[in-house]
Amino acid sequence: MSWPLGEFPIMTMTTAIPAAAADGPPKRRRTPILQILFGDLLAAGLTVMTGALVLALLPALRWGVLDAVWSTADPGRCGAGGACWAFVAAKIRFILFGVYPADEQWRPLAVIGLVLAMVLVSLPPRHWGRRLLTGWAVAIGAMLALMWGGFAGLPFVSTANWGGLPVTLLLAILSLGLGFPVAVTLALGRRSRVPVPRFLSVLVIETIRGMPLVGLLFISSIMMPLLLPAGWSVDKLGRTLAALTIFAAAYLAEVIRGGLQGVPGGQMEAARALGIPVWKAVWHVVLPQAIQKVIPPLTNTAIVMVKNTSLVLIVGVFDMLSAARTAASDPVWPAPYAESYLFVGAVYFLICFAISLYARWLEGRVQEKDLR
Amino acid sequence: MTTSATAPAATSPAILIEAVDKWYGTFQVLDQVSLTVATGERIVVCGPSGSGKSTLIRCINRLEEHQAGRIAVNGVELTDSVRNIDAVRRGVGMVFQHFNLFPHLSILDNCALPQMLARGTPRREAEDRAMQLLRRVRIAEQAAKFPGQLSGGQQQRVAIARALCMEPQVMLFDEPTSALDPEMVKEVLETMVSLAEDGMTMIVVTHEMGFARRVADRVVFMDTGRIVECAGPDEFFDSPRHERTRSFLHQILH
Repeated sequence: MSWPLGEFPIMTMTTAIPAAAADGPPKRRRTPILQILFGDLLAAGLTVMTGALVLALLPALRWGVLDAVWSTADPGRCGAGGACWAFVAAKIRFILFGVYPADEQWRPLAVIGLVLAMVLVSLPPRHWGRRLLTGWAVAIGAMLALMWGGFAGLPFVSTANWGGLPVTLLLAILSLGLGFPVAVTLALGRRSRVPVPRFLSVLVIETIRGMPLVGLLFISSIMMPLLLPAGWSVDKLGRTLAALTIFAAAYLAEVIRGGLQGVPGGQMEAARALGIPVWKAVWHVVLPQAIQKVIPPLTNTAIVMVKNTSLVLIVGVFDMLSAARTAASDPVWPAPYAESYLFVGAVYFLICFAISLYARWLEGRVQEKDLR
Repeated sequence: MTTSATAPAATSPAILIEAVDKWYGTFQVLDQVSLTVATGERIVVCGPSGSGKSTLIRCINRLEEHQAGRIAVNGVELTDSVRNIDAVRRGVGMVFQHFNLFPHLSILDNCALPQMLARGTPRREAEDRAMQLLRRVRIAEQAAKFPGQLSGGQQQRVAIARALCMEPQVMLFDEPTSALDPEMVKEVLETMVSLAEDGMTMIVVTHEMGFARRVADRVVFMDTGRIVECAGPDEFFDSPRHERTRSFLHQILH
């Protein structure tokens, strides 16, 4: 079968745009706005629904912006139907730092600054390495020392008085950071051909994944002290961190296992043929590729873990959400729970959205390297 | 054994394969295979797919285990001893059909890192050696790129350089041109020819009969796990003794 050239369908399509051949790809004409909004049934339907949504949100706009009280020293002026943002302004130190002694609150503030600085330094992948890891270890140590005090004239502050954003950040970073190596071990164990580590890994992963985090938190904060020998005690914050860490590890392990399965067997074979010892091959050849492959689900787990830290309020750890709730119950103010939670929600959103953006950028960079 | 692991006897052949059997489950892939390769000798192995030719060379560096018979490389016998396996792998380089470069490492690191991991070579020295061998396969200008940015032929030449970085006494090639576009086959074959001219001991599994005629000292034809015929290239191509060899050659040479 032969097509006469001019009649070949694709040919006629290209000849219909004469300018295209001469000046490279044709410029796309702008679609008129009306056509975008009401071009077909689907577009029209979506436009109407979006419009309805905007209308439905108008009262919220009125509450949140137009009728809102932005600043006042007098709590009595709040509660006239608008949002009381003045409350957030007045209580921001309490929400961010909890019951940490007021004169010493520069210390948690410095911790937040240190976290931000370390995160910024860690962003470009070319900084990753042993030195950065050491940097983080030193920084975390400095943060904990700063929070505790008890040296160089800094008054000692017990973990019972820690609170707010630093607790949220420390719990999130430490549970993910300590959970990650555990997760790698569990994932490798689960893929092992040797039965004992494989069985143990499956047992740990499936037990933890089969349990709600709240249950795990209760076990660690209520049962663990009973099980420890008399005279032993682990700090409540430490016990909570242990629960979060093992929880993060179980979920991260399954993500990493997926990545390990995606690395072709030829990689390990090539490494073995070159005489690279098995564990070095796993560490330098297989794991980096496995982790690169699972950046999106790792991000997902990181975001979930940041939000999961808010569950610690159930066992009485004073994180940012607990602080916000306590702040709103101050009888002086007219119960501004909505404002308080919205503010905390915005902080969580900022953290999680930033992680999300970073992961998208990182993923794009990995793909650039892999121009297959 | 320990002395021969470090200092192989001068008289022992580069590779000794003696009455080797191997099964996958109940399927016998290697059936009483024997082959002795002298130092500096170039062997081409051909045969239909499933004839066991890849399995045979993968047994030589223990990517597969043989179940009966003996295999010794430079006088070191392949047993379950991890020490012997490591000693053999250090002396045997391998090039794969699908290159198996490490995609997350640059071309330079692909060649330098294995030296650092397998023998503890300092980075500077490993990189110098890597550059030297990348120049030899004429691809040094791509050193900073990643494997995914190179053509198949270029990747395979990098894979050859990577194997050579370990200073092997024997090179194994497992269908090195089968996954390449036709126009890239030549550059890889030329690299292999120049390696042969330098006196490297090589076992090459390939269907490139032109290469076999030009380079091989002996051509081995395998079918159903057995070595059917083993002869010098002139005899092998011009007057094969076995009917099975004749029909195979007839099929692949049009």
